[in-house]
Amino acid sequence: MANYNLRVNGKKYEVDVEEDTPLLWVLRDHLGLVGTKYSCGIAQCGACTVHINGEATFSCVLPVSSIGDDKVTTIEGLSEDGDHPVQKAWNEIDVAQCGYCQAGQIMNAASFLNKNPKPSFDEIDEAMNRNICRCGTYHKIREAVALAAKTK
Amino acid sequence: MAEIIKTNRRDFLKLAATATGGLFIGFYWSGCDSPKMQVLSNEEILAKATDFNSFLSITLDGDVVIYSPNPELGQNIKTSFPMVVAEELDADWSRVRVLQAPLDTDKFERQLTGGSGAMPHSWERLRKAGATARHLLLTAAATRLEVDKNSLTTEKGVIYHKSSGKKLNYGEVVLDAAQLEAPDEVIFKDPKDFKIIGTPIKNVDNQEMFTGKPLFGLDFYREGMLHAMVQRPPFGMKIKSVDDTEARNVSGIQEVFVYDNNVALVGSSTWPIMKAKKLLKISYEPDGNVESTADHDRIFKELLDSKEARVMREDGNVDVAFKNASKVITSEYQCPFLSHSPMEPMNFFAHVKEDQVELIGPTQTPDSARVQTANLLGIPKENISVEITRLGGGFGRRLRADYVLEAVQISKKMEAPVKVTWSREDDMTGGAYRPAVRYRFSAALDEEGNMIGYKLRGVGMNAGNSVRQDNFPSGAVENVLIENVNYESSVTTNAWRAPITNFLAYAEQSFLDEVALEVQKDPVKFRLDLLQKAKNSPVGSVNYDVDRMIGVIKDVAEKSNWGKNSNVKQGFSVYFSHRSYVAQVANIEMENNQPVLKKIIASTDCGIVVNPTGANHQVRGGIVDGMGHAMFGNLTFENGLPKQKNFDSYRLIRMKEVPEVELHYVDSGYDPTGLGEPALPPTGGAIANAIFAATGRRLRSQPFVEQKEYSDMNLEIRRG
Ligand code: FES
Ligand code: FES
Repeated sequence: MANYNLRVNGKKYEVDVEEDTPLLWVLRDHLGLVGTKYSCGIAQCGACTVHINGEATFSCVLPVSSIGDDKVTTIEGLSEDGDHPVQKAWNEIDVAQCGYCQAGQIMNAASFLNKNPKPSFDEIDEAMNRNICRCGTYHKIREAVALAAKTK
Repeated sequence: MAEIIKTNRRDFLKLAATATGGLFIGFYWSGCDSPKMQVLSNEEILAKATDFNSFLSITLDGDVVIYSPNPELGQNIKTSFPMVVAEELDADWSRVRVLQAPLDTDKFERQLTGGSGAMPHSWERLRKAGATARHLLLTAAATRLEVDKNSLTTEKGVIYHKSSGKKLNYGEVVLDAAQLEAPDEVIFKDPKDFKIIGTPIKNVDNQEMFTGKPLFGLDFYREGMLHAMVQRPPFGMKIKSVDDTEARNVSGIQEVFVYDNNVALVGSSTWPIMKAKKLLKISYEPDGNVESTADHDRIFKELLDSKEARVMREDGNVDVAFKNASKVITSEYQCPFLSHSPMEPMNFFAHVKEDQVELIGPTQTPDSARVQTANLLGIPKENISVEITRLGGGFGRRLRADYVLEAVQISKKMEAPVKVTWSREDDMTGGAYRPAVRYRFSAALDEEGNMIGYKLRGVGMNAGNSVRQDNFPSGAVENVLIENVNYESSVTTNAWRAPITNFLAYAEQSFLDEVALEVQKDPVKFRLDLLQKAKNSPVGSVNYDVDRMIGVIKDVAEKSNWGKNSNVKQGFSVYFSHRSYVAQVANIEMENNQPVLKKIIASTDCGIVVNPTGANHQVRGGIVDGMGHAMFGNLTFENGLPKQKNFDSYRLIRMKEVPEVELHYVDSGYDPTGLGEPALPPTGGAIANAIFAATGRRLRSQPFVEQKEYSDMNLEIRRG
């Protein structure tokens, strides 16, 4: 076990965990931030997507020891009141079915739109292809990303 | 037309108003054994509040709370049920709050999610509840204003008396309304006056879902709770010995123990348990059939030819028909086992105390989870409470309570609150799959190309009845024989979204395509002719509504420009399941000599569409699901263990693999039927038939990407 100081959503946290503990489980089991989801644990589905210095990252395969001073943002910290343009677009388009994958989808979309504010539909498809939605909400996700790009 | 509806007054328990509470109307969804209306004190109201199947309450300010009783797994029931209540109540939707009701004890008739059955079951009951509340409010207002009740109108939670210009908010009359007797009859709105039903109301959990609030079972944590995972045996095996030395050495592990052929690991958080689980050394020995996919393939062939089969339907005389036939076509179709793989893996929280049990988590069948827990522990089920969290998908997997009982057993042993979490690998290898099935179809044709005989034999691996003997084309063919053979495999199975029809429909609709093309008939015309026969001179019982099926076929043919554009190769499919009718056309265009799947057009008859957004979600989602699994889904076995253990080898459909999907609804005016399942069955057939139209290759097994006919084809999927 070792102590780690983390910066998550602008707050400082200290945790005492094994160095190989994935950030995902630190967030969920130790910091009470359960918005970041577990689904595959092997970097295949994107349910666990967080931002590391703004970059969409699979937290399920990111050992806590590798984070250092990097800035972690989770769905809970994406915006103050759930009013990030991507969150608003997700509501407007009413994207979710079960909703389980959607935090990861939103985090991926938000980071993608930061880098590519005016994406084509093909670019949206390419970027969002790393997140699985078992309920098949892909059409709505695509629409919502396009809407967020427009309203940003 | 507005309808006058008799209420069963015993179905309603109206609770007295209180200064703080307002009007509570509890309603039972079964007509039996309901108590009479009672006047209760404030405390009693709180105690009684969860004692209904559901209830709505109206506060003195006019805010409305509606309890939604069914588990929500993405079918949108938590939004669409309250919409129906609010419609008849004429509530202001912006002031309606929806809460998930806990599991109630004996009074539940149907608090489960499965079979696309919730809306058809509850449609009238929900309307009655809303209309009863509105009736009471109007009666109270009429007395207050000293006017005739019939001169009052309502809109968005306000009662108007037009001629005097007076108005009252619902909250202003709830106290009076609470003193009244529930009426003997209420008036339902004319559907053309619906203001909430038929509008795209947003999912009531959006804000919480999109900001990461703890909604799902896996998100449930409690101070002092232990975490646990379970190593389950391969199918057909039992534990011979366990060496847990290394597992126990992982820091954070509290206990490792064997129970019922499983090894449970308990600790303070998830990650150490995941690590420790990999360090377990367990040796297994056979305890029944240890099967591999090669065994299943062999067994299928044997049983398709076996003398013994259960006859499920027999019309006329198939032997004579096939003897007299001028042509006979026979084809076989096979589908693999599939994992449900909801994005949220199985998990449950249990706290077994002295003689009380608390259960919290994602389940499609809370009552069954409770009854099984009661049986396991030998305690009355009244001592068990179940709180239903939102479900991160279900697809039928959470109809079983196996993972609930694990939490119960571990909590009991540890004498502590425990949450059991399945890793993705556990979820995929832990059983209860869609069964693998193989079908053999035969058609006997006369000289004019009429189908005079139809035979189907299904062989399933723990599939129960693998055929649906009364479905189309039964009823439209003179001589029919439908048989089933079930093989008792050691691999466990369970209902999977649109059970049986999720693959039967593809096989049947592909085979009918083969027959139509053989007799050189247009596949759509071929079905319409058969349906005409089922209508004019039905053979035996016909369990589908011929006109509604014709309705969706004609609609989709029109909307898809069926057969009108020679550059577009089309595949057609239609299926009736779970009370709804769905026809689909898949469009493929050839580009650089390769097929490109561009679009799927669907026409659905599910009666009145309660929430268009929700309906589109279900139909589009069903199509994407049907397509993904037809294309890619495959769970194969070696020595009792699935070879695919996670999404790296078990392929799910992704963003870039979905074509454009165009949705249409046939407005038949019938009461609404469910949509969680019916759109999925037709999709595989529509795509396979389009691929045949485009390439001349008939795909006779799923997944498509893993068969010979597909191997040198490069089907691209591209949206318009
Ligand atoms: S849980 Fe991290 S990618 Fe699936
Ligand atoms: S909404 Fe259910 S997994 Fe995406």
